[in-house]
Amino acid sequence: MKIEELYAICESQQPNVRMRVEEKSNPGDAYRIQIMLCTGTGCSSSRSWNILEKFKELVKARGIENEVLFVPTGCFGLCENGPIVIVYPEGAFYSHVKEEDVERIVDEHLIGGNIVTDLLYKESVSESGTILPLDEVPFYEKQKRVALRNCGKIDPENINDYIAMDGYKALAKCLSELSRDDVIDIMLKSGLRGRGGAGFPTGLKWKFAKGPVNPVKYVCCNADEGDPGAFMDRSVLEGDPHSVLEAMAIAGYCIGAQQGYIYVRAEYPVAVKRLGIAINQARELGLLGKNIFGTDFSFDIDLRLGSGAFVCGEETALMASIEGKRGEPRPRPPFPANEGLFRKPTILNNVETYANVAQIILNGPEWFASMGTEKSKGTKVFALGGKICNTGLVEVPMGTTLREVVYDIGGGCPNGKKFKAAQTGGPSGGCISAQNLDVPIDYDNLVAIGSMMGSGGMIVMDEDNCMVNIAKFFLEFTVDESCGKCPPCRVGTRRMLEMLTDITEGRGKPGDIEKLETLAKNIKATALCGLGQTAPNPVLSTIRYFRDEYEAHINEKRCPAGVCKALLSFHIDPDKCKGCTMCARNCPAGAITGTVKNPHVIDNDKCVKCGTCMDNCKFGAIYKK
Amino acid sequence: MANENNARAEGFKELDKAIAQWKDVPGGILPIMQAAQATIGCVDEEVQNYISEAVNVPVTTIYGIATFYSLFTLEPSGKHTINICLGTACYVRGAQQVLDKLEAELGVEVGRTTADGLFTLNAMRCIGCCGLAPAMMIDHDVYGKCTADKIPEILAKYRV
Repeated sequence: MKIEELYAICESQQPNVRMRVEEKSNPGDAYRIQIMLCTGTGCSSSRSWNILEKFKELVKARGIENEVLFVPTGCFGLCENGPIVIVYPEGAFYSHVKEEDVERIVDEHLIGGNIVTDLLYKESVSESGTILPLDEVPFYEKQKRVALRNCGKIDPENINDYIAMDGYKALAKCLSELSRDDVIDIMLKSGLRGRGGAGFPTGLKWKFAKGPVNPVKYVCCNADEGDPGAFMDRSVLEGDPHSVLEAMAIAGYCIGAQQGYIYVRAEYPVAVKRLGIAINQARELGLLGKNIFGTDFSFDIDLRLGSGAFVCGEETALMASIEGKRGEPRPRPPFPANEGLFRKPTILNNVETYANVAQIILNGPEWFASMGTEKSKGTKVFALGGKICNTGLVEVPMGTTLREVVYDIGGGCPNGKKFKAAQTGGPSGGCISAQNLDVPIDYDNLVAIGSMMGSGGMIVMDEDNCMVNIAKFFLEFTVDESCGKCPPCRVGTRRMLEMLTDITEGRGKPGDIEKLETLAKNIKATALCGLGQTAPNPVLSTIRYFRDEYEAHINEKRCPAGVCKALLSFHIDPDKCKGCTMCARNCPAGAITGTVKNPHVIDNDKCVKCGTCMDNCKFGAIYKK
Repeated sequence: MANENNARAEGFKELDKAIAQWKDVPGGILPIMQAAQATIGCVDEEVQNYISEAVNVPVTTIYGIATFYSLFTLEPSGKHTINICLGTACYVRGAQQVLDKLEAELGVEVGRTTADGLFTLNAMRCIGCCGLAPAMMIDHDVYGKCTADKIPEILAKYRV
């Protein structure tokens, strides 16, 4: 394909996508109505495919199938409210759509022209009853979608949709107008830093890999998104796979590589399928393969599937795994820029990092650098989860405060509970407590308050979560996933876990906290790779901000949040108990005694602390302490 | 029994195709083993030896890979694999209670297969469905917003 042909495709596809971008009808639109339907993992598990079928069936039955275009898209971000259907030109945002709702939407909205207000996402209707444009809905208002710009706007299985959104024009620009050094300059000036966790400047990484003279080099993409609670990369791969392919080709041109590999988790079947389709479509159009755009630059991409090992997110371990070995990390240097995959110069970037690249090339580094803080440019996608009203994906400029993310976008904790902490950076990160809610989020600030950006998982915890238990949970994870190669990680994290288990089960001793801190410091200083070096972080940060909880567990044998079962006891409030006998009849241990219409009593020697009585009590008379 | 043997023989035929495709690709051993796991259901000793001879890689290397990655199992899995997510988001929203219920309903612990060979119960960390926490996967189907009381109904679908 020639560059002119790419521009011709882009132009010819405009009538198909213009309505979605501008949220209005234009003369010459190919369809009167466009319906976006999320078919990402979240919404398809809420049966979005059945809803699509139902729509198609009804639209056909009503004889308007020529007026309506259906676009199965990637994630809109608001997974909690799925399945989600957006109808353009109005941009009507229907949430929790059920199959039985489809008929009303077709008859009242598509045919009658009246939006079915009661089926809309509740926050997209203002207090005065008017329907808000999508970018004024509270969840989206403070967001700035760069990496996610196409997610929810295009059909990820149709390359023409991507091209219509200026897709592959950045690659064309690089190959026709920019030298390899120009590309590096642009990347350096943009200030883009790796979105996978450590935040290394992307331009610098490329510069290092361009240096060595070698006919064979590789470009790799880390799509082994393993942090529990993180699903940004999956959403990009499912919603906009071509943005990653295009950026990898640009990186290949920049450093002089002909081959790329995407290492993607086997646990993401939808992402794997869509990447496969995208690669084939790009090859068919000649956007991957030999002599791209008629130049002497050739580049192709292959997929490699992960096999379920968290440590393979570490760069040297990931490359070992592509080479067909056990995914164990190795000491650096040599760094991958000199000696990486198959011992050739290699760059490895994360999915979200790549998703920014084409936009930087097209809009210029100044545009990108105008967003964010002094040392952290651009935007960051967070996977907001846990005890939060609007769980889902949010993309905000760097420097946004945690308060804005949790309260303005996330809607705060459900059921009026009190915010306690947000965990960022997964098992390598730490907790941000309520006192730091107003710190602007960027790489350096997060490190300063004892956490890290990580890949972008953000799990909100409320007053019902026990921080000691959460620290133990993360250590269980790292103990499981430690590859076993170096003793500080293999043995040290296990020792820490044993101590935490003792603390949560009432066997903690004075001095345990200090012992944990010493051990943590040693592991951080001596472990071989990032996994071990960061494994103690969740413990250290919870000790830093929630030391009182550790002390309550150790000194008073009490779990303030009421989570650690061994430290709990259940009691019945005699003033509230009506003597209905429900608890006694359901107790599996026979620990509850009492007579009808008289307050009951729990024998704590017999109680197994299962909580069944509490679930069954209709009067809220049972409490734990 | 005859059916099982047939299925296994079919699995080996599929494995042969994967071997032909990946034998000479650098790093191709992992895709071959992934194919074996998918079509035969495990990478047991016979499978390890078979691959070893076909691609001329020591069986110790193959055993080393098989025991490193959690995707590979050394024994056959059940007909359906249940993967309950114990990622952070699911955990703070009560995935443990769902897991307790699964163990009680199936009568097996995590990592085990039911006596009738119908279900293998695994715990995994994060399937990236945090918006629908707690979540679990049965084969390739994702179930979101799981609660203990929904479990019997979900399992019943796979028991027919």
